[in-house]
Amino acid sequence: MTAKIDNTTAMRIDSAEVKEEMLKKYPVKVARRRSKQIVVNKVEENDVVPEILSNTRTIPGILTMRGCAYAGCKGVVLGPTRDILQITHGPIGCGFYSWLTRRNQTRPKDETGTNFMPYAMSTDMQEEEIIFGGEKKLKKAIQEAIELFHPKAIGVFSTCPVGLIGDDVHAVAREMEERYPDVNIFGFSCEGYKGVSQSAGHHVANNKVFTDVVGQIEAPKDGKFRFNILGEYNIGGDAFEIERITDKCGLTLHSTFSGNSEYVDFASAHTADLNVLMCHRSINYMAEMMEKRYGIPWIKINFIGANATAKSLRKIAAYFGDQTLIDTVEKVIAEEMVETEKVREEVRARCEGKLAMLFVGGSRAHHYQELFTEIGMKTISAGYEFAHRDDYEGRKVIPDIVIDADTRNIEELTVEADATRYRPRKDETELKRLAKEGLTLSYYPGMMPEMENNTFVIDDLNHHETEILIEKYKPDVFCAGIKEKYVIQKGGIPLKQLHSYDYSGPYAGFKGAINFYQEIDRIVNSRIFRFVKAPWQESPELAGSYAWNK
Amino acid sequence: MLLRHTPQELAERTALTVNPAKTCQPLGAMYAALGIHNCLPHSHGSQGCCAYHRSALTRHYKDPIMATTSSFTEGASVFGGQANLVESINNIFTIYGPDIIAVHTTCLSEVIGDDLKQIINKAIADGKVPEGKRVIHTNTPSFKGSHVTGFANMTQSMVQYLSENTDRKLNLINIIPGFVEPSDMTEIKRIVSEMGIKSIMFPDTSGVVNSPLDGKFHMYPKGGTPITDIISAGNNRFTLALGRIASLPAAQLLDTKCKVPYKLVDLPIGLRATDTLIDTLRKIAGVSVPESLMAERGQLVDVITDNSQYFYRKKVALVGDPDHLVSVTQFLADLGMNILLIVTGTPAGPKFERRIREFTGDNVVVKCGLGADLFQFHQFIKQEKPDLIFGNTYAKYIARDEDIPLIRMGFPIYDRVGHQYFPIVGYCGALRLIEKILTALLDRQDRDAPEESFELVM
Repeated sequence: MTAKIDNTTAMRIDSAEVKEEMLKKYPVKVARRRSKQIVVNKVEENDVVPEILSNTRTIPGILTMRGCAYAGCKGVVLGPTRDILQITHGPIGCGFYSWLTRRNQTRPKDETGTNFMPYAMSTDMQEEEIIFGGEKKLKKAIQEAIELFHPKAIGVFSTCPVGLIGDDVHAVAREMEERYPDVNIFGFSCEGYKGVSQSAGHHVANNKVFTDVVGQIEAPKDGKFRFNILGEYNIGGDAFEIERITDKCGLTLHSTFSGNSEYVDFASAHTADLNVLMCHRSINYMAEMMEKRYGIPWIKINFIGANATAKSLRKIAAYFGDQTLIDTVEKVIAEEMVETEKVREEVRARCEGKLAMLFVGGSRAHHYQELFTEIGMKTISAGYEFAHRDDYEGRKVIPDIVIDADTRNIEELTVEADATRYRPRKDETELKRLAKEGLTLSYYPGMMPEMENNTFVIDDLNHHETEILIEKYKPDVFCAGIKEKYVIQKGGIPLKQLHSYDYSGPYAGFKGAINFYQEIDRIVNSRIFRFVKAPWQESPELAGSYAWNK
Repeated sequence: MLLRHTPQELAERTALTVNPAKTCQPLGAMYAALGIHNCLPHSHGSQGCCAYHRSALTRHYKDPIMATTSSFTEGASVFGGQANLVESINNIFTIYGPDIIAVHTTCLSEVIGDDLKQIINKAIADGKVPEGKRVIHTNTPSFKGSHVTGFANMTQSMVQYLSENTDRKLNLINIIPGFVEPSDMTEIKRIVSEMGIKSIMFPDTSGVVNSPLDGKFHMYPKGGTPITDIISAGNNRFTLALGRIASLPAAQLLDTKCKVPYKLVDLPIGLRATDTLIDTLRKIAGVSVPESLMAERGQLVDVITDNSQYFYRKKVALVGDPDHLVSVTQFLADLGMNILLIVTGTPAGPKFERRIREFTGDNVVVKCGLGADLFQFHQFIKQEKPDLIFGNTYAKYIARDEDIPLIRMGFPIYDRVGHQYFPIVGYCGALRLIEKILTALLDRQDRDAPEESFELVM
């Protein structure tokens, strides 16, 4: 452990040199690939940033942070919903590891409300099924689940062997649905080897929920300003805080995909008038498909950070364009900001100028920079685990993205306007008004245009590169996940988990911002890292008063 | 209620597992591989497996768990994983420089039929394995066994690949500790050395997954069995295998391959299982039991005597791993407790059930293997209302719903610390278990006692 370096010194480090050092140790082939995934940021006119290679194969043998398509589909997107009964079709491990480990909180309406989230269900596939096929066992498992739990809907999630042995989970789902017409049963082809990361699983999940759930129930909610939040998974209670704020503003939150959600909310989500997108990566497919089929526009928002939350609320109010709503939103922001500002100022005094690095997810590495900025900290390096170029560079690059074989293996649905239910929510005049007010629909500008020049952007960061980053920049806090946590901390640098929040939260909204300010204050000013070396290591010279061994 | 959909009435289930009481083989293989010094475990399959196993082990140990993956894509799944593994081996030795890579398979690579031995030979032939470095493998299809048998497989593969009998008899014994905590491994080594016996232990995760924070990350911490120790295990005098499921296969192979005789004993959890370990060691090595261990034993017997009223006829239900359950059952039965129910998802066979019944009599319900899950465990608990539950962290949902105290034991423990540092094996470990049991029971008595019978002295 050496002394921390400050903000300005860190920005003076030659990132290109650091990059060279990272690549030096790699075999030629690896270095060639990684050099395209490690980018020194430079923002030019019209938010043009350097191209970054992403959503590409993980290099075998490299200590990656990434997980698989099953984790993205079952773990991330569907996991947080409480009344879709989820059966993992495969050997026991996958179901076991995705059992309650993501901290998605949920609040059933009352004591008797359905909540399957504490249950891990699996066909626990054995050798016999691998050899003779597992469809029979899956059917039986679905039957047993229906008889025991009486669910409205069942999702079946495929693990690696399922695709290889040729089990058709979709055919099984159809057959069982015929036997049990009151239960909506659907399968996901989210085998772990699909795609190159969790991202493939997000897409698979989006497709199936869109085709088999959304639009199944016509149950519009009361309220003038009805909207859905896409890509908010209620980790640590984030969705609860967002619900509190949007309720207070007089907005009607129809459904959240998928934190604290129920089947009926998904099934009737097409009746809302706006989709707001939190996690662009995991659910932008759903936003686009709902727009095409039902005419619901989407806007990118971010409830991470007090300023970001205020800005997002203003965007939503501007979209609906109602003066009463705009006034209420302003009143709520003013009210909430009092306490937020107080804590922020107090914390800022102790955190100003400190350095952060964020390597997480497909959105959080971007969103959380807001919170660090609010307390005067600088993000000197960031990257995603499983994002695509549009998450880095903005959606403007989508037409230029080269689709490789791994991505082509994930179905891209062709969606057309619904014959009876397509209803554009805004007419020409309204769209003009929104454009004039600077509200961009259906766009995400990406992370890199919002980062400073000479910051380091690294896709699918691995252990070797992490070690060099830490050695060169000595950040005050490193944000990643559980696998990285203790690796970083052994080196005397605190790690904040931004998947599980280190079992705290919420960090979204205004109260969440307060929690995060205080958490970062605790972390970067923690005393314990000062005591890593024992007194006799700090000053090892001998100065004995007694000579015991003589 | 968290588990509000669990009915008390049992219904037959043959296909659906709900809340498993086991996880898959590769996790155990990864854990065992961490017990070799300078070893990087490698998962041959999709990267999700490796991410899940590393996460699970990290949550349990709160320490770095380093392991790599072949990162299969759809192409690799169709054409075989050879290219991915050979490339992995090259990258691992170049970038991370371990002395040994311990590869385990996954359901994916097993289903496509990758021949690991052949692929490793190919990597060697292609010059991807530097001089003096090693690559070993074990087969751990997730559709067989459990995390415990995965541990057993990797331990057995260490013998298969490494151990040699060079006709140079060494005056050491081999200890195969089973799927226990690093703290337990340290305690077993202490007991053996206290008796003046020279030994090696493999695998040995102490110092690897409970390593100190010293301001520098060590990719390969100080702990772990040196490869040379596993090689020369074939020259040692005797092997002591602790626990039938996790340790016996390696001991048997060491016997057939290197002619090292072995003895199987239970995991030394509790008074009598520790007695058996020490008595066996004494006879093998021809030493007498030192006063220090006698004093520890005496303290344990003393505390049991002093508190027997609190144990007497208390009803207990246990869920966990088979080798642990055998020893803990014996211990609790000796304390005078009434064992109602034993559940393990590991297919431990009829021998396991027979061992349990040796200690409990015939009234106990024993469920093991396919279909033995926490859901079923919970249903029995609803019916029988025990006073105490033993289980991993997932059992806390049952404990809370049914308002029954839980003693955390086994894998995983995600929500408490202690298991990494404080053993449950040996006399000292038994004392720790006693403390945990008494605290749980007496806290409960304090909480529930009417005011007039709230006791000061207990």
